[in-house]
Amino acid sequence: MTAVENRLKSLMLRGLDGDAAAQRDLLGELAGLLRRYYARRLGRETSDLEDLVQETLIAVHTRRASFDRAQPFTAWAYAIARYKLIDHYRRRRTRAAVPIEDAGALFAPDDTEAATAGRDLDRLLAELPARQREAIRLTRVEGLSVAEAAARSGQSEASVKVGVHRGLKALMARFGSGEP
Amino acid sequence: MSTEDLIARLSRDLRPTPPGAAARRLLLAVAVGALVALTALMALLGPRADIAQAIGSSAFWMKAAYSGALALAALAALSRVARPGATGGPAWAGVFAVPLIVFALGGMELMSAPADARRALVMGHSWTVCPWRILGFSAPVFVAVIWAFRRLAPTRLRLAGFAAGLASGAVGATVYGVACSETAAAFLAVWYTLGMMIAGAVGALLGPRLLRW
Repeated sequence: MTAVENRLKSLMLRGLDGDAAAQRDLLGELAGLLRRYYARRLGRETSDLEDLVQETLIAVHTRRASFDRAQPFTAWAYAIARYKLIDHYRRRRTRAAVPIEDAGALFAPDDTEAATAGRDLDRLLAELPARQREAIRLTRVEGLSVAEAAARSGQSEASVKVGVHRGLKALMARFGSGEP
Repeated sequence: MSTEDLIARLSRDLRPTPPGAAARRLLLAVAVGALVALTALMALLGPRADIAQAIGSSAFWMKAAYSGALALAALAALSRVARPGATGGPAWAGVFAVPLIVFALGGMELMSAPADARRALVMGHSWTVCPWRILGFSAPVFVAVIWAFRRLAPTRLRLAGFAAGLASGAVGATVYGVACSETAAAFLAVWYTLGMMIAGAVGALLGPRLLRW
């Protein structure tokens, strides 16, 4: 968070001083953060997502005089993002409470993708026999060597190798060929 | 337009925004608004007939000091609520403190006056028009301040509207002081305060609509 704060604030300050490249970098980085922040909150109304991102970027840009150089950048940007989200709800006449979160809600590292990927992987592996599943998990997910995986699982090294090979082949057959 | 194009377009021809740009923008708006209000006052009412002597009187300057100080206090709060997420907090202290001083002065004035003169001190000779004229002369200032907010980002719109209305009312009252010949602190405490508060209330009423972005 402080690293993000420092980097973005220095871009912001250079932008305020007239550095167009810094301003472009700042808006570019914010665009990604905003897209993620709004995506989590809009749920299925993804059609409005990019409009909302753009509107917020325009506000950040045209109303940059409202930034107090003595204050943190992340708090300022978060307040604008939150205001735009509330305004969006108001326009769509949905009543939704937008809690005041820490500015980290906008700037937190993205763990949703990793979490989703982890869940998907678990579901895939659950289709395999136990020995193959374990062999793949130890070598491909946890990154152990074949010898370490063998020691950990109590299988022989050959059995681990075969398990990985057959397991991956089975998964490819099931999911790699266009089946759901 | 794609977001990439938008970002490229926004950051092209970037104009520097120096520190204090927000405050300067607000002050510029207030100055322009005050000038328009003063011009309107000269055209509609003209300065009070005894302006030459009045300028030497303490009552004249007490009025100017009251509305001027409240204008400064309201502007301080206004420049805070112009920033996203801000409520102004301690910046509002002056807005409460300044009228209290004038209430105290008016109260002391009434207590030291004979009972049958008190009513005249409070009502003066222009109480029916005073608050409305203050409201009227605050209008050009209010319009200018709303314009200044196009580059600012209030998120508490009603509060920002109130601050904008109150600041405009106080500037309008300062301008109106040139034409107003009332001299009592009690009159000032009641009718000037009322005029400025009506301007603040109108601002709070219009804020959510005019300041939305």
